[in-house]
Amino acid sequence: MLSVEGLESGYGRARVLFGVSLEVPAGRLVCVMGRNGVGKTTLLDTVMGVLPATGGRVTFEGRDVTRLRPDQRVRLGMGYVPQGHDTFPQLSVMDNLLVTLEASAHRDRAALEEALEVFPRLKPLLKRPAGFLSGGQQQQLAMARALVTRPKLLILDEPTEGIQPSIILEIEEAVERLHATGLAILLVEQYLDLALRLADGFVILDAGRVVRSGPARELQDEEVHRLLSV
Amino acid sequence: MEGVLNQLPIGLSIGAVLLLIALGLTFTFGQMGVVNMAHGEFIMAGAYTAYLLQGVGFLIALPAAFVVAGLMGLVLERTLIRRFYGRPLDTLLLTWGVSLMLQQLARDLFGAPNVQVASPAWLRGGVGILPYNRLFIMALAAASVLAIWAYMNRTGQGRRMRAVMQNRRLAATSGIDTGRVDQRTFFIGSGLAGVAGVALTLIGPVGPTLGTYYIVDAFLVVVAGGLGQLRGAVLAAAGLGLLNSYAEFWSDASLAKVVVFVAIIGFLQVRPQGLFFVRSRALT
Repeated sequence: MLSVEGLESGYGRARVLFGVSLEVPAGRLVCVMGRNGVGKTTLLDTVMGVLPATGGRVTFEGRDVTRLRPDQRVRLGMGYVPQGHDTFPQLSVMDNLLVTLEASAHRDRAALEEALEVFPRLKPLLKRPAGFLSGGQQQQLAMARALVTRPKLLILDEPTEGIQPSIILEIEEAVERLHATGLAILLVEQYLDLALRLADGFVILDAGRVVRSGPARELQDEEVHRLLSV
Repeated sequence: MEGVLNQLPIGLSIGAVLLLIALGLTFTFGQMGVVNMAHGEFIMAGAYTAYLLQGVGFLIALPAAFVVAGLMGLVLERTLIRRFYGRPLDTLLLTWGVSLMLQQLARDLFGAPNVQVASPAWLRGGVGILPYNRLFIMALAAASVLAIWAYMNRTGQGRRMRAVMQNRRLAATSGIDTGRVDQRTFFIGSGLAGVAGVALTLIGPVGPTLGTYYIVDAFLVVVAGGLGQLRGAVLAAAGLGLLNSYAEFWSDASLAKVVVFVAIIGFLQVRPQGLFFVRSRALT
């Protein structure tokens, strides 16, 4: 479904990614892991086109999307939830969802209900400005906003980072349920136990390169622990 | 006493014109981080549009000026400004150059001396101390603010515009074509300056440097009102217009400018973020 080959990118002259390759097959959940600063977020930003790729290719459903704008990638079916539970703070929760729906390829209002079914906690908050929600609620809104576009692939950047524990569980369960419905997911996650529970496959980055990848069961290895420990 | 009262419609109508100009600026400056000095020349373009359309009908000049100035803004955005997003100081120099070129172009086309646009007959006269032309300008500004408010809050395009204003990057990764939203914003913002230009023909002559008289005051309205804040712009424009006309009434034009600048500087010392600003978790 998503295929990344030899991807290179960075900020100005500082290169961050040195030829990253990975695959997300249809219906699979692939977890990108690695310590802070190894290029995980840069990888996702480049996959979505927020950062331009300076080398390599991104292919989605057999189509080369390397040069497409982020909004074009979204309309092809790539849903992105960036790090830091961003929202449009002055728009109401409803407007946050609507603005994404109206920019989506299908514009089917039923998608709004579907997204709210996944995150029912948002239902009583629809009229509130998103900026007044708690961090956990904002993260749920951010994910719901991506779901409204009915993505074929969901890209999540540390969805549980800085979130109160009670909501971490709900977010985990939501990811699990979405995966169970057959949605392909590319997840960046720091926590090994969470990755172990959710992932089908993993990729470990170090200094902008893939240093290990494989099926989730191999995450138990000694070497994996060494690569992830600080 | 009557002189004092007479200043009221004068100040308010100048405030109304400033508001029309500032609305466009608050979009492009507050939303896109572009300091568009050429915005003043869109006012001038609107005024000359009214000049050219004399006799065709004043009410036709309004939409025509909106489109003329809007298209000029669109061309400027597409050809130059687009390449300078995120670099406000560069856009200032760039658009200042464009502004000078447009002024020269106007001199070449219409001549250096000011021209007079004849006000339509139905706007001559007035009731009591309220001249019809000043009343019309206030109504025009009020109608424009309402229309903009409705556009921003009641339409999908407006919603996308607000989303881009609040978080451009997130808007792009949410599927919004931010380039298209920018174009639309520039068109509308510049078009409003054109409408302001038509309004100015009702109260004074038109010349190539018309825009330069108003552009600085309009920026002051944007800053004093709070970036990207509609109600802030309304209050700041009314306040600045009144302050200007009363300071002029009690002293002279240049001293009035000093008074206005000192007042703004003092105000921004107390409230650097303007009259209204956004308070929310996501921005802290």
